This record gives sequence, C-alpha cells and structure tokens, in this order.
Amino acid sequence: MKEITIISGKGGTGKTSIAASLAVLAENHVLCDCDVDAANLHLLLNPYIETKNNFWGMPRVEIDTTQCNQCGLCEQLCHYGAIKAGRVDVLCCEGCLVCYHACPEAAIRLVENLAGQWFVCGTRFAPFVHARLGIAQDNSGKLVAQVRKEARALAEKEGKELIITDGPPGIGCPVISSLGGTDLALVVVEPSLSSIHDLSRVLDLTNHFGVKTAVCVNKWDINPENTMRVEEMCQEVGVPVIGRIGYDPAFVAAAIKGKPVIQMVSTVVEDIINLWHCMQRELGI
Amino acid sequence: MIISVASGKGGTGKTTIATNIALALSADNRRVAYIDCDVEEPNGHIFLNPEIEDTREIFIEVPRINDEKCTYCGKCADLCAFGALLCTTDSVITFSEFCHGCGGCQYFCPVEAITPVPKKIGKVEKGAAGDIKFARGCLEVGAALSPPLVDAVKSRVTSDITVLDAPPGTSCPVIHTVRGTDFCLLVTEPTPFGLNDLDLAVQMVRTLSVPCGVLINRAHHGSRLIEQYCQREQLPVLQTIPHSKRIAEAYSRGLPMIELDKQLENDFLQLYRDIEELVANERNNHN
Repeated sequence: MKEITIISGKGGTGKTSIAASLAVLAENHVLCDCDVDAANLHLLLNPYIETKNNFWGMPRVEIDTTQCNQCGLCEQLCHYGAIKAGRVDVLCCEGCLVCYHACPEAAIRLVENLAGQWFVCGTRFAPFVHARLGIAQDNSGKLVAQVRKEARALAEKEGKELIITDGPPGIGCPVISSLGGTDLALVVVEPSLSSIHDLSRVLDLTNHFGVKTAVCVNKWDINPENTMRVEEMCQEVGVPVIGRIGYDPAFVAAAIKGKPVIQMVSTVVEDIINLWHCMQRELGI
Repeated sequence: MIISVASGKGGTGKTTIATNIALALSADNRRVAYIDCDVEEPNGHIFLNPEIEDTREIFIEVPRINDEKCTYCGKCADLCAFGALLCTTDSVITFSEFCHGCGGCQYFCPVEAITPVPKKIGKVEKGAAGDIKFARGCLEVGAALSPPLVDAVKSRVTSDITVLDAPPGTSCPVIHTVRGTDFCLLVTEPTPFGLNDLDLAVQMVRTLSVPCGVLINRAHHGSRLIEQYCQREQLPVLQTIPHSKRIAEAYSRGLPMIELDKQLENDFLQLYRDIEELVANERNNHN
C-alpha cells in the first residue's frame, strides 16, 4: 500500500483542489484529510457519514476546592502559567499533568476531554476519513495520527492500494504528524515570493524527515519568472518539479459548486492529468 | 491598541492585510508595530523589507539524564504525558522533539538524575521597516512546538498600535496569538472553503472573548455567501476588497497593495478607525 501526502508551506495554494482531483483520477484508493484544524476536502466530495467517532484529547485538570489547601505547589510547578489563584486556565494548559501528580492533597482531578471527532465516510469516488478538532483544542498532531491510522486500517480492510492524504499547511506539529511513513510528499507551491519562501522551509522539513518529495507549481502563469525560480531552487536541492498548473477561475467556480476542479471544463484538467501521471511514476504504481 | 489578524484558512490574505494596515497607519504618522506570529512560515518581511537589528534565540528546557545517578526506575517515562522519554533496563532515551518542557520528569525523579538543558526551538528577530517597528518569530525546522515561540515574539515589541499577523488554523499557535488582543480582524474569501474556515475562526475568537469583525478579500460579483453568514452571526463586515489579477500579480512580486492604489490607503485608515470605534463601544458596553 502506498500513501501520497499533499502539503504546502503556505496555506491556500490549492492542496485541497488538487487532492480532490486526484481522488477522481486514482483508482482503488482511500481519501484522508489531515488538515484537522480547518478541514476542507469534504466540501468537494459531498460525503455521507458512515461512522462518527469521538476523539479524546489529553485529559483536562480541575482543582477540587474542597480538597485544596492552597499550598500553591501546582502554581509554582506549572511551566505554562496555567494555574492562577487556584484555578486552571484550560487555554494555557498543555496537559502535562505535573500538577495532578504533584498535588499533596490529591485535590486535582482529571476530567475527560472531548477534543474532536473523526468520521469515516463514503463518497462518489472512494472511502474517506476526516476529522474536526474542537474549537480551541490542542492535540492536532495526535488527531492527525488517529485519522491516518483509521485511513490505513480502512484501506487494508477493503484491499485498497493507495491513500491520498490532504495535509495541513506549515511546518509544525500537524504537518510533522502527517508526513511520517508516507511514500511521497507532494508540495504545492504558488509562484509568489511568500510561497517560495515557505517552500524552502517545507523542503528542509521533508529532507529532515527523509521523506521522498516532489513539487507542483499551481497558478504558474501568474508569475512565470518566479516559477522558474521555484524550478531552479528545486533542482539545486534535487527535488523534482513534476507539475505546472495554470491560473484558472475554474478553481473557485468548482469550489462554489462543491466539486473537484477536474470535473469542470477548464485548461487545467490536462495539467492535473499530467501531474497525476508523474506522481504515479514517482510512486512506481 | 493591539489588533490580531487571523483567518482560519491559509492563503486568504492575512499577511497582505496586516502589512497594509501597518503601512497605511505609518504613512498617516501613527506609531505602529507589525509582529509576525506565523512562526512556521513568517512572510511579512517580504512586504515590509525590515532591517533586523536584534536576534534572540528561544529555548525550552528538555531533560538530560545523568547515567551515573539514574536507577532506570522508569518513573520519568511513566509520568511524561508526551511520550518524550523511554526507559529500558539500562538506559533512558529522550525524544526531545516531543518534549514540551514541563519539567515534570526532573521534579519527580527520586534520585535527581535529570538536569534541564536548553533546546533551541526558534528565534525572534526585531527591527524596523521605515517607521514601523517589526518583529517576527521563526520556528526551527523540525521543532513541533510553536506556542512558546509565539508568546516570545508577541512580547518583544509594543507600540501605540500593534498589528499581530496570526498563523492559519484555529489551534494552539493561533490561540496564543489572538488571546489578549483588543480586536481580531478575520480575513476571508467568498468561497465555501473561506466560509467553512471563517465559521471555525469566529467560534475560536468568541471562545477567547475577543471582539471581531470580518474583511472579505478577493470578492467577486454575485457572491453574498459571507455577507449572509455575517448577518446571521451579527458580525460586522468592515471592508471588502475586490478580486483582482493585478493585486495577485503585485502580491507575487512582494509589492504592498497600497502602492498600487492610493484609494486603498484611505480604505485601510478607515478600517482602522472602524476597529477603534468597535473596540470603544465594546469597552463601554462592559463598563
């Protein structure tokens, strides 16, 4: 079984539109949305939910005021400034539980923390796993790991050979969690100075984790000079640029219609088909 | 006045809006600071071209095991909520990339075999772009811990008006940026993606009890998607910037929007005045 993970340094470069289009082109696969912070792939797939599951985050701590003798040890030990005057600020708490283990009066309780939900769905293209992290919850890396685990289990159960994963933007915790053990990271970049800046950081990251990487330039014709720069930059670090997709309002029109851009009448259809062929070659499938 | 600029989704134009607000205010002789809190992918410098005057490295403390003292009792590994320690019969392995620097392992070690050692998670750079004070955080590639860096960069610079450019999404790094600010400007675009993520961002900002308003970027004719949502949620739409290939091209070259169009400079000043008014009203309502 192989897995492709689509990522980008900067958000809004077109990861999700490309992932949805690959979902149409690929066969015998499972889809997975790891952008648990702001999942969007479902908006293009029109999924029907088959199972809905709770995601339990790290437990919250709560101080039982009837037991607390206000010794202040918890406040003193908390490295995050999350305990003040005998109260826990859940937005600062990292869930390390040092206060819970240290309290001499056992006045700190653990409270179960429903941190989000994950869903197994059917779509007109393939089975699909996605999630929603609760508002102001941490643990997005852990939820990403959960979603990927479920997608993998589903693919094994149904005898699928490929997982297409829409990843989160950036280089932080959720992206790192999306990359481990993937077979190909496809980095989507726009030919803007900001996107190019972010590309170099994302390539450092995939290199750091030893993940096989390829790049695709979206909206390449907005700035052909910058596109050349991207291609030169990738050549220098030995990462292949395997696709160029033109600027086309069809991307927005498709999003508004709630369907993958490849199902629109547009010049980008051919670009995306070419990209897919190159990805198949990179993956050896 | 501290304004955070956030969006839920990436690529909606947060950095463009945040830098242009700072530029317009500075052109109007206001004292303003721009702080890039998108520590994973800071971009504001591309539009502001600041001179960096000062760099400070930011560390967290991770455990170092003293093998001479360690009895391999395993208590540290059992207590670590982040799985950053693994105890075997004759060694303790630390995975410092998982460590959140809580200090629990050191505190609970019965034989004092753990000492904290600094681990660099990134750096904060400070400088100026013309009259605009500038700061940004830059996360070390491969470090999974951005909130402490966000907190560090946020506290580095202040001015009469401070504009904080938030990372995308709605989780820890964004929360650390938006909390405690006077106002959060949410930048969105009129697509179902934009709407979906705006809704998440609005819920996040409301959890933090920060007043907010919406700016619609890349607006095109005919779509009332965001306006309808804002009306339902009783959120002010403070400005609408039309979709324009000219602006996209300028952006790709790192040019600020207000240099394209003088009218936009006035629009951004008006945006600031509207925010000021909303914040003042909010304070009156609370008093």
